[in-house]
Amino acid sequence: MQAPSREAELPRTTVIRVGLVRHAAQVAWKDLRVELRSRELLYTVTFFAALVVVVFTFTFPRVDKKIVADVAPGMLWVAIAFAGTIGLGRAFDREREGDTMRALLLTPAPRVAVFLGKAVAIALLMLAVAAIVAPLLALFLPGATALFDAPLPLAVAILLGTLGFAIAGSVFAAALLRVRARDVLLPVILYPILIPLFVAATRVTSDLLQTPADLDDAWYWISFLGMFDAAFLVVSLWVFESLVIE
Amino acid sequence: MKRYVIPALTVIAAVGFVFTLWEVFVETPVQVTLGDRGQILVGQSLFFNQKIFYYHVANAFMLFAAVGTTGFCSIAYLKTRNAKWDDVALAAGEIAVMFGLVVLVTGSIWAKAAWDLWWVWEKRLTMSLLLWLTLVGYVLVRRFAGAGSERLAAGLAVFGTVAVPFIYVMVSQGDHHPQAGASGNVATLSGQMKISFWFSVLTFLFWFLALIISRVSSARAERRVRELHERAMDAGVL
Repeated sequence: MQAPSREAELPRTTVIRVGLVRHAAQVAWKDLRVELRSRELLYTVTFFAALVVVVFTFTFPRVDKKIVADVAPGMLWVAIAFAGTIGLGRAFDREREGDTMRALLLTPAPRVAVFLGKAVAIALLMLAVAAIVAPLLALFLPGATALFDAPLPLAVAILLGTLGFAIAGSVFAAALLRVRARDVLLPVILYPILIPLFVAATRVTSDLLQTPADLDDAWYWISFLGMFDAAFLVVSLWVFESLVIE
Repeated sequence: MKRYVIPALTVIAAVGFVFTLWEVFVETPVQVTLGDRGQILVGQSLFFNQKIFYYHVANAFMLFAAVGTTGFCSIAYLKTRNAKWDDVALAAGEIAVMFGLVVLVTGSIWAKAAWDLWWVWEKRLTMSLLLWLTLVGYVLVRRFAGAGSERLAAGLAVFGTVAVPFIYVMVSQGDHHPQAGASGNVATLSGQMKISFWFSVLTFLFWFLALIISRVSSARAERRVRELHERAMDAGVL
């Protein structure tokens, strides 16, 4: 906590904005610290995602270089989406088990900051998942190493894809805390509205796997992802408060 | 008043439906495109399967009307917290699922007859499917999430509404299939086809109104019973 006298010197809006970012960072850091102590989600969810990839390689046994650009992106993003769904459910269940969600909402931090912090923490978890899954695909599938020939678009696409998922996911996982059947309803709610995100993300990945890589198209879909994330972020900031009200 | 409105609308829709059957199958020719001077252009006549168009597109209009109502009322509900909006959103959501099912099934039948494929990943089909899936999610939430699901479902409808332009861009950019627009633009219909088509739309509009009014009033009744129940619990009567 800063001394109040220092904050009083700043213009009021600056204090609020700095406060929002700082509160969000504190919430995210709290989640990460809880996670780093037990490493429960990190280990279980990344292992789960790796299993999804292994199951895919067995259920699509005849993937060769010709069709890898059509198959690998789907495997990558389905694994990320499944792992993200499970991670989201578990991360918010933790709050419910400790009955700490209410405490979190009662803190003087704005609710929007709680939401942002949660979303950032989930996005970081999903990035860890992607960091396991993408190399695994490159290892298992012939020709999939081409994914890493253009690391920048791949990294940006994964970042934006996981961020968008985490944004929408945090809103609904938090809102679902109060209702029944939340485990199955989370994907039922999330997947239909996130289909544009999945399509754009798989298009980027598929473009990178073409020979030669179609970078123009990849950047087009990356900008699509960016706009999608921005739109969903705005809506989330607007609805989060009314959805999680106690 | 309501006691008469719903039956009246239903009867109008039922009579209108019978009449559209007559209009579509007897009065309207299997479409023949006429040239400037009224001559029949060779190779322009449609097949008999074009008849389903009058029902398919009319239902699609109702689907979009219902989806739009759900989105609008959900936004209004989150903004005003007035449960009246929520009743309308719920009613329109359920009706959208029903009309969407009709659209998808008739579309599939038509696709099989016209293109010999049950499904094509074409713009309009993809859009309708994704909208429909979001609405099914909405109804599932309302149905199974129990108390407190109203705001959650409204949030879903808002997100779904925001996703629509992205879906539109996505399907226009990502569409590698040939443009399979079999019906063309409804604004360019002419003659008897136009009459039959708009008559069919009007009929289904009456049906839509009958459904939505009755569903809204039952949602209101449910809410009133719930509130009375809570009051009785508070008062210790129950």
